Amino acid sequence: MLKRFTARLKSVQEYEREPIPASRLKSTRSFLGMYAGEHTAGTEFVIGPLFVAHGASAGDLIWGLLLGNLLAVLSWAFLCAPIAVKERITLYYKLEKICGKGLTTVYNLVNALMFCFLAGSMIAVAATAVGIPFDIPMPQLTDWMPGSVSWVLTVVAVGIVTTLVATLGYEQVSRFANIAAPWMILVFLAAALAVLPELGVNSAADFWPVAESKIWTGVPLEGQSKFTFWHILFFAWFCNMAMHIGMADMSIFRYARSWKAGFTSAAGMYVGHYIAWLASGILYAVFLQQNQNSLEFAPGPVAYYAVGITGAICVIIAGWTTANPTIYRAGLAVQAVIPKSQTWKVTIIVGLVTTTAACFPALVMKLLDFVALYGLILMPMGAIIFIDYHLFPRLKLTSERALATGKPINWAAAGTWGITLTACLGINQYFGVEIFFLGLPGWFIAVLLYIGLSYLIKPVPQLKPKLS
Amino acid sequence: MKHILIPIVAIAGLGLTLVPALLVFSNQMEASLQKQLMALGMVLWFVAGPLWMRTRRG
Repeated sequence: MLKRFTARLKSVQEYEREPIPASRLKSTRSFLGMYAGEHTAGTEFVIGPLFVAHGASAGDLIWGLLLGNLLAVLSWAFLCAPIAVKERITLYYKLEKICGKGLTTVYNLVNALMFCFLAGSMIAVAATAVGIPFDIPMPQLTDWMPGSVSWVLTVVAVGIVTTLVATLGYEQVSRFANIAAPWMILVFLAAALAVLPELGVNSAADFWPVAESKIWTGVPLEGQSKFTFWHILFFAWFCNMAMHIGMADMSIFRYARSWKAGFTSAAGMYVGHYIAWLASGILYAVFLQQNQNSLEFAPGPVAYYAVGITGAICVIIAGWTTANPTIYRAGLAVQAVIPKSQTWKVTIIVGLVTTTAACFPALVMKLLDFVALYGLILMPMGAIIFIDYHLFPRLKLTSERALATGKPINWAAAGTWGITLTACLGINQYFGVEIFFLGLPGWFIAVLLYIGLSYLIKPVPQLKPKLS
Repeated sequence: MKHILIPIVAIAGLGLTLVPALLVFSNQMEASLQKQLMALGMVLWFVAGPLWMRTRRG
């Protein structure tokens, strides 16, 4: 049995450093399932309620999410997917060609750490459901550190199982997400429908007045900042910035037959980041109504209250279907640093780091800020890839500069990354622009910097033949 | 027979996940019964859903 399992692990071939062969391309349906599953996830049980806590109004939420999600879909379809299907290599290998091994190593380590934290927050969310039968103390909105030994033990158990599934590779993750996705979506819908009468909604006509007065009231909870239409639009657009504008999903879309597969991200956006966010907001509003604005913040018990054991299991599976591909992505990032390592061994190490991070409830309570920061930090590299691919040949600048020069660091890229993030920090500190909005000016700063710095560095002749 | 039964069971699983909630919303079912039916729907889906998807992939 153990031998068979080890043989299976060794056979996982993910084409980290070579283009995906035609025989391994995947159907559009595969991406629909992947995106619907990945974005109907554990985080949805947190983000929807946090919009309620931040005092989003009903109208701002409906329109902000509609437009923000549209911009996210267009970013996947027009920025990320076209380059992914042309190159058919991972983001990490592409970066190596442009930025050099040294800079890519730094990027990969930062990226892997971010993925670990993101996956960790989802493991924590799943743990709030796993802990229900054991009556473990649940974390509160103000918690940063682990509150009890039983919480840590629960998180570790969830983390081990999630990591083992992730070691089996994208194929297994995709299959699991495909099976769970349609059911999870219906559970979100059913849970919201089932509790609406408790808020006073007994017909469709009742919904809007109740939504405005009892769910998304426009008044933030004590100690929380106020979210406007613009916060919601930019959050919906940029919460996956690392994946689309940051190009991380090149690693996923390299399996697509056409760039149009980028539009399948709409399944994730409008089901997960629309219906599921609205549904989880409704559940949280019922929880707040019943518990006099309690500080407890645990998606598991909230879902369990709404639809019983199905809700709790949905929270667990929702956490898994996002944590699995995120750990897998982090594994790819680390493997790009250590190319000869085996995927499954790297994934296990990444899973251990993720599980450790998951023990800290701060990851969940500050999820909106963390997600925005994570996208912002990785975004400049996406801008560099975009410009290097589309604009550099026309400007007669050297594309894939590190490959052409054979140098470990492309200083134009390094400067772009560092100066862009410093500029964003400056805009935040001196002009008071919140982190949710920094991605847009940051992208243009990165583009201008990379073009400018590349002009400053003397153009080089091709020293090495291009890789096919 | 198996090819007909599996999709029916899988779709019934999804139906039992959503329809009882609609009935609770329209005040035609108790929440406790809805939770039991949803749990049954979950079992049906995770038993028949993977088999159904495998047969659809051919």
